[in-house]
Amino acid sequence: MREIKAELIKEIVKDLFIKTNYFAGKDLLGKFKEAVEREESPIGKSVLDQIIRNAQIAAEEKIAICQDTGMAVLFVELGQDVRIVGGDFNEAVNSGIREAYEEGYLRRSVVNDPLFDRKNTGDNTPAVIHIEIVKGDRIKLIAVPKGFGSENMSAVKMFTPAEGVKGVKDFVVETVLKAGPNPCPPIVVGVGIGGTMEKAALLAKKALTRPLDRRHPDERYAKLESEILDLINSSGIGPAGLGGRTTALAVNIEYFPTHIAGLPVAVNISCHAYRHAEATI
Amino acid sequence: MDDAIRINTPVTSEELKMLKAGDRVLISGVIYTGRDAAHKRLVELIQKGRGLPVDLNGQIIYYVGPAPAKPGYAAGPAGPTTSGRMDSYTIPLLEKGLKGMIGKGTRSREVIEAMKKYGAVYFGAVGGAAALIARSIKKVEVVAFEDLGTEAIHRFYVENFPAIVIIDSEGNNLYETEPPKYRRG
Ligand code: SF4
Repeated sequence: MREIKAELIKEIVKDLFIKTNYFAGKDLLGKFKEAVEREESPIGKSVLDQIIRNAQIAAEEKIAICQDTGMAVLFVELGQDVRIVGGDFNEAVNSGIREAYEEGYLRRSVVNDPLFDRKNTGDNTPAVIHIEIVKGDRIKLIAVPKGFGSENMSAVKMFTPAEGVKGVKDFVVETVLKAGPNPCPPIVVGVGIGGTMEKAALLAKKALTRPLDRRHPDERYAKLESEILDLINSSGIGPAGLGGRTTALAVNIEYFPTHIAGLPVAVNISCHAYRHAEATI
Repeated sequence: MDDAIRINTPVTSEELKMLKAGDRVLISGVIYTGRDAAHKRLVELIQKGRGLPVDLNGQIIYYVGPAPAKPGYAAGPAGPTTSGRMDSYTIPLLEKGLKGMIGKGTRSREVIEAMKKYGAVYFGAVGGAAALIARSIKKVEVVAFEDLGTEAIHRFYVENFPAIVIIDSEGNNLYETEPPKYRRG
């Protein structure tokens, strides 16, 4: 049993959420540069220029890339030979969020009750925590602050197996077209296929933690990713929805076995503020 | 942005008539912020026949909930939020003289019709360009609904705030005219 202090988890969660809100990743900056060179629309080009300059300013001044610093989503891959000591795990995570949003000048965007009170919790907690038990004696933490301009444009649908590849393609493209300018394109599209309804949604979210320069290891899924990306970029929606070739930067698919009778598909959209950061303890 | 049109607030319908969808603008003067919660309260006040905490005549509302400012900064990152959520509250504000809105994303048919009727313009700021936009905000004051935190109504003093005319006072709409030009297949 390896012991890991709750305090250390708190510090790392705090650091990850601040870092990913301030600094656009290399993968993302690389995609922006490719896009601005390719973009044919003058308005689209100027939007991409503003997005690039914005990322530079945020990094230089150490301020948030976007004012919507998100609801805090944390993926945890917890090694089964780890014992957490010196405090409560959930409390450690939420303390990390609390301190990150306070000391990092990030916006608190969480309300306590979704339907009736809708009162701001004041510290951006609670986080949405997804824990998976894995082999080994390490903990991997992946921080994903999720803005709701794009979250609100996401969708889940249960297909029949017969609807197959075509059903999946049409649904993803349709969801993106319906979203139009709202999720701050150029977007990244996370797609979860298989499992059960909630598993598909979780896979779609997890797909949004993949670096943009990496394709699916299974060739068939990698091909599907690039085919859907082409379809999306043929839509003309463009940067900020003001027309152009760059509507999405990537389509990331994750899959899981499913039931003989089903084909669940979830689409989770991320805006161009594609924020994710990870650390292994 | 050398080709940008400079405008100062408050604005008149006559000035706004000159603006066409696709024009780049740099806005200077005072603008007010408001999101869902503040809009809801404004409309409730109007329905009760009460006065509004800000005079909207000739003014522009920016749909934004800024992040906190670091010490030494006038404003924190402040990019636009999705405008569609304000659609159901917008028409009563246009009736009260509101002339411009800054946000991102589509507007409803009803709002566009009302904009034509009252000679108002919908500007777009680049969603997510929050750190860049913050540079044009020189001073910030909370003017109403302070309890709403980031959603309170703030008065922003802006200089050369970068925006683009998305829907002009005749109802021309960039979201409808631009994407088809780049559609393939
Ligand atoms: S969708 Fe993303 S970039 Fe747009 S406002 Fe929300 S967090 Fe920011």
